[in-house]
Amino acid sequence: MFYREAGDFKTSYRDDAQTFPIAFDRLRYYLVLAVALGVIPFMINDYWANAVIVPFLIWSIAAIGLNILMGYAGQVSLGTGGFMAVGAYATFKLMTSFPDLNIVIIVVLSGFITAGVGVLFGLPSLRIKGFYLAVATLAAQFFLIWLFNRVGWFYNYSASGQINAPERTVLGIAVTGPASPPWAQYFICLFFVLVVAWMARNLTRGSVGRSWMAIRDMDIAAEIIGVNPLKAKLTAFAVSSFFIGIAGSLFFSVYLGAVEVGEAFGIEKSFIALFAVIIGGLGSIFGSFAGAAFMVLFPVLLKNILVNGLNWPTDLAAHIQLMVIGGLIIVFLILEPHGLAALWRVIKEKLRLWPFPH
Amino acid sequence: MPEQVFFALEAAANGLMTGVLYALVALGFVLIFKASGIFNFAQGVFALFAAMTLVGFQNGQIPFAHLINAIFGTSLHHFGWNMPTVLAILCTMAVMVLLAFLVERWVLKHLVNQEPIILFMATIGLAYFLEGFGDVMWGADIKKLDVGLPQGMSSAIDEATYSLFGYGFFIDRLDVVAAVVAAMLVVALMLFSQFTKYGRALRAVADDHQAALSVGISLRFIWVMVWAIAGFVALVAGMMWGTKMGVQFSLSLIALKALPVLMLGGFTSIPGAIVGGLIIGMGEQLFEFSVGPLVGGATQNWFAYMLALVFLVFRPQGLFGEKIIERV
Amino acid sequence: MKDGMDTDAEGYLTADGRKIGGVLMEMRNITLRFGGVVAIKDISFDIREGEIRAIIGPNGAGKSSMLNVINGFYHPQEGEVWFRGQKRGSVRPYDVARMGIARTFQNIALFKGMSTLDNIMTGRLTMTKTGLLSQALWWGKAEAEETYHREKAEKIIDFLEIQHIRKTPVGRLPYGLQKRVELGRALAAEPKLLLMGVVMDLSDRVVVMDYGRKIGDGTPDEVRANPEVINAYLGVAHD
Repeated sequence: MFYREAGDFKTSYRDDAQTFPIAFDRLRYYLVLAVALGVIPFMINDYWANAVIVPFLIWSIAAIGLNILMGYAGQVSLGTGGFMAVGAYATFKLMTSFPDLNIVIIVVLSGFITAGVGVLFGLPSLRIKGFYLAVATLAAQFFLIWLFNRVGWFYNYSASGQINAPERTVLGIAVTGPASPPWAQYFICLFFVLVVAWMARNLTRGSVGRSWMAIRDMDIAAEIIGVNPLKAKLTAFAVSSFFIGIAGSLFFSVYLGAVEVGEAFGIEKSFIALFAVIIGGLGSIFGSFAGAAFMVLFPVLLKNILVNGLNWPTDLAAHIQLMVIGGLIIVFLILEPHGLAALWRVIKEKLRLWPFPH
Repeated sequence: MPEQVFFALEAAANGLMTGVLYALVALGFVLIFKASGIFNFAQGVFALFAAMTLVGFQNGQIPFAHLINAIFGTSLHHFGWNMPTVLAILCTMAVMVLLAFLVERWVLKHLVNQEPIILFMATIGLAYFLEGFGDVMWGADIKKLDVGLPQGMSSAIDEATYSLFGYGFFIDRLDVVAAVVAAMLVVALMLFSQFTKYGRALRAVADDHQAALSVGISLRFIWVMVWAIAGFVALVAGMMWGTKMGVQFSLSLIALKALPVLMLGGFTSIPGAIVGGLIIGMGEQLFEFSVGPLVGGATQNWFAYMLALVFLVFRPQGLFGEKIIERV
Repeated sequence: MKDGMDTDAEGYLTADGRKIGGVLMEMRNITLRFGGVVAIKDISFDIREGEIRAIIGPNGAGKSSMLNVINGFYHPQEGEVWFRGQKRGSVRPYDVARMGIARTFQNIALFKGMSTLDNIMTGRLTMTKTGLLSQALWWGKAEAEETYHREKAEKIIDFLEIQHIRKTPVGRLPYGLQKRVELGRALAAEPKLLLMGVVMDLSDRVVVMDYGRKIGDGTPDEVRANPEVINAYLGVAHD
């Protein structure tokens, strides 16, 4: 089986615009999907769900969200943690105010609420650019965390200041709360990952995505050829925050179950998403997955090697983790600003020519 | 209620002192930004790292003790001596210069001509790296820093204000010292850039990279120099903040407040950094004093950022920045 | 609305026999200042349908500023812009693009991270009708619209003979091909008025600018014979 376009002719523009133009890629995609749906649910246990798979799925959604904003529309945000908190608290308020509302609908509604907040904080992007905007998004991060920490209405005036996710079911199976089985948590996250990735892909291959990328590559020229920067930037903020809100909602309701806002959605969460996007690749949906996988797997791997393998103290491992991730960010920015996705593309291009590279 | 007025005045005065410290960190940002167009997100971690290193030298800590212990199963901690403060400060300065050199060599050199936003993200990576590195080198525990700066309430100010208004202002002597040091530092930097050969080279580079290169100024040397100066400014800031609240991670977050200070003051203006620092320091204290109790307090966490954000929407170039005419 | 039209609205025939129509765009007494600097000083001219109209002048004469005024990127302090018989109010550049004015730039302004095809497709953004949700779900209309615009873009790709670089990121293309892609992007918008750099000899009529003023206006031959134009280009001192 060769990795080839040759002989794989497209007879319509519709075929040519599809997500995986090469037959082998399509096959691989269906294979991944088959494993995700047919194998993992039967293998998954508490450890894998909690340590690796569920966080990977949720961070993939967040990374796709941030990648829409940063990689496609070129607007840097350091407020991802704050927007995830909006999704989480929207979910909490909706869950406790409307106990009969289906959790899937709640998650989607939380996404919409986050989109609204995102648009609000995206408004300054019309006047300020680049790292000025990055600093401005810190305002969202710090203000939102403060808001959820200090204003009792958001945490229903609970004595601890924490929020807890009550049990909610889908088709009679608990997906939130302490009694939910790992495979159910996995399925609900997988469902949202697939929907989000599919929507992100649709948006980025069409005219909306082109208007984002035009603004990213050269905003003045984009405006002169007819892109309304207000509309392009605000839709990017809205879509990005919608996805990030969904990620925050799942992070709280399905994954953590109980949240103290400063701890769960602090600025370091903004950096996890940022690094996932940089390492995975700006402007690539696949890269968002790769980056999220790296940011989730790497600490687990490092901890397993240093703490469990070499018996080093946990805090030392954590410090080394900071160093390595920081160092890797620099290395990626120097050597491959388009991240793992670009590395993967290079390999594919080599494969296309294999076995006759000349 | 005259008492309320005095409370507000006291809050404002304390805010001014805090603002001086913000301005001090902001200075480091401005220096690097002017010379290289880089927005150094790691400046706060620089201050933290400098303070950690200073404490480490003072206390005779063995660098990387944790790592060495983990690898070789030893239990090293201290050399067993204390370094005199002045010597420790000099050694820390040497470390900051070395750091500047390595940053230029391993990071900046490879990112010349990249877009500013890429460089910005690289400095976020640098901040992460340096934070981890500092922890590995010196340990992450909260450390007490004492370089002999006076601390506690200034009784002189208390008495003077009491005799004037019948209300004694509570102002920390450390804040007064910090204000004086910051002012001296600013003057020193201005003298340096106006009257020394290197200072002039620095301004030439800030004005026009290409032109500076063509008259034979080494950009790399300037970059190392300016990062070293920024490291020195970070050391001073780290000393002040570290004495005030102990050497710990949150120090780098406080230093992050220099960012809104800069957005307010404009990224290229030293007076802007100072005025911006004062406005933000005073503004957040007054806001917390007046509005804080109504909304649950701790508004200092975000006030600076929100102020900068709202301000920028109306004046994107900052207080002192120049308006840019866009061209096609 | 005939208010903005010239008196000889019927147009004229060019030397090579092309029919030039009525007035498409008219600039009336445009003055543009940046602070104290006058970039354009009281300039009026018109552009007719089907006409190749040039604006020439030495460096810094204000040509780019004039194009930016036409594009709605700069807003003149004085004067009026008339387009298709209507006075243009306060507009943003993207409104101008929607009215049917496209442009290629002096120093190519392509979207470097996008492919040739995507760059040309951006030329059709003004004609997109489907909304965000429809595109996110890729249902019915969104896909049909994409295919329709793709067909139009492919015609331009064929016309410019750039099929082989259809999927190449434009940042990797040599200068000449980039120029072609940029033209493709402008053509894709099906503009009524296309602003671009052309050779003066192809023009029907030429406006000559110097120091923000109009110093000549006429056929290329007339302009060449104009002593003031000659002075401007040969660098005779201004008083």
